[in-house]
Amino acid sequence: MIGAVLARIGRPVLAVLAGFGRVVLFALDTLRHLLTPPFYWREFWASLLQIGWFSLPVVGLTAFFTGGALALQIYSGGSRFSAEAVVPQIVAIGMARELGPVLGGLMVAARVASSIAAEIGTMKVTEQIDALVTLSTHPMKYLTVPRVLAATLAVPVLVAVGDSIGISGGWLVGITKLGFNSATYLKNTTDFLEFWDVGSGLVKGAVFGFIVALMGCYAGMNSGRGAQGVGAATKSAVVAASVLILAANYVLTGLFFSS
Amino acid sequence: MITLTDVHKAFGNNHVLRGLDLVIPKGESMVIIGGSGTGKSVLLKCILGLVHPDQGTITLEGQDVTRGDRDAFLARFGMLFQGGALFDSLRVWENVGFRLVRGSKPMNKDQAREVAIEKLRRVGLKPNVADLYPAELSGGMQKRVGLARAIAAEPEVIFFDEPTTGLDPIMSGVINTLIREIVLEMGVTAMTITHDMTSVRAIADRVAMLHDGLIRWTGPVADMDAAPDPYLQQFIHGRAEGPIESVR
Ligand SMILES: Nc1ncnc2c1ncn2[C@@H]1O[C@H](COP(=O)(O)OP(=O)(O)OP(=O)(O)O)[C@@H](O)[C@H]1O
Ligand SMILES: [Mg+2]
Repeated sequence: MIGAVLARIGRPVLAVLAGFGRVVLFALDTLRHLLTPPFYWREFWASLLQIGWFSLPVVGLTAFFTGGALALQIYSGGSRFSAEAVVPQIVAIGMARELGPVLGGLMVAARVASSIAAEIGTMKVTEQIDALVTLSTHPMKYLTVPRVLAATLAVPVLVAVGDSIGISGGWLVGITKLGFNSATYLKNTTDFLEFWDVGSGLVKGAVFGFIVALMGCYAGMNSGRGAQGVGAATKSAVVAASVLILAANYVLTGLFFSS
Repeated sequence: MITLTDVHKAFGNNHVLRGLDLVIPKGESMVIIGGSGTGKSVLLKCILGLVHPDQGTITLEGQDVTRGDRDAFLARFGMLFQGGALFDSLRVWENVGFRLVRGSKPMNKDQAREVAIEKLRRVGLKPNVADLYPAELSGGMQKRVGLARAIAAEPEVIFFDEPTTGLDPIMSGVINTLIREIVLEMGVTAMTITHDMTSVRAIADRVAMLHDGLIRWTGPVADMDAAPDPYLQQFIHGRAEGPIESVR
């Protein structure tokens, strides 16, 4: 009886651990191929455009509305103990440290992990990966390395842009709805914000970008057969990337700020 | 020469190859026939190392295919996949010239494009398809682009997985002639899978029939019609009645 219950719990736990192990091996393999030539520049620039540039609108909009909502929340929360004036500071720190990287990372996960997984998964089921191999081109070098590197470099930039837009969203709400003076709001923001508030968010962004592209490639490369296999791969890429982003965010926040 | 000895391959409970032995002499055209799902494509993939046999050895010119430099090994091969397997993010000419612009002696873009257009012409495609994407082509055109890609770098060994499926009779004739020419002129070793008996007769020096995970019959194409094997006779005459079950 107890044995059966333990087995029920143990089996999925083991499966998750085994899956995590395979992802770690895949990540190490990616790094190994990154460090050995050839490097496919054309694939890299195309990925950079796809992951960085085309994600700007969705990341920007997310940040804008989040910054605005954050200003409203802090104002109404702060008013309970007459601390309405901290709105600019808390919006800035909240965006730069947490919401910019996390929401940016999640939006990129939804947009990019899915499309990478679907693309590579389709290549797998239509034998394009096999064709690459027969043409003496390593799929890890040609497909995974450029995408992972592009995402690792592009997401911090997206986060930086998102931070600025989010803070602007808070500022706009602050001066139009909450009665702040524009110059005071901006001065409070810039005086208060420290370099590491923003820097830690950018480091998080790089880690999240790495996770997103890695999970997209991993799911695609291990896609099952047929359209159903590609569908399942896409779904698991987004789910795994999102959960890993949130977990990594907790770990990184602990590392950066718990002392 | 390619030699397969006692090759086994199973996917779960599905024992596809069950101790297969086959010799493909250098510079000859071998055609593999056999029912749908008997493992013909798997056989080609085993030789290329895309599928790993559970047991058995495969050698090319006496050298085990699993040992040695993989890139150098694969550079000697060209492969037309059953589904074409064209890269849909690349233009037709970039597909055909994929190997030409990479590898040990890469060509520049203009040269590669020129060679690609010449290869496209050989498979009966006009130069204006060169700048299209694979998704903009019909199924038969995609197949021929795959064929052009397989022959583009002039490899020593070429595998054709159903080169004429989905082509009209005239185009099939063109492709059969092309494969025959490549073998005769360039001394290529060719291995072709086909279900089309006209193609078999047009392309083959030797024929091998795969059934139940083993080579059921192999010999020169001239001996095929007179061979007494009932499985082979049922297959080449396309009879519903015979030792091969029609539900597989
Ligand atoms: N990657 C794979 N995973 C699981 N089973 C596979 C895989 N590849 C092939 N098979 C199975 O192996 C068997 C042989 O497949 P194969 O594609 O070699 O057939 P074939 O002889 O080429 O048939 P056809 O003439 O229809 O192309 C089939 O039963 C197929 O389901
Ligand atoms: Mg097949």
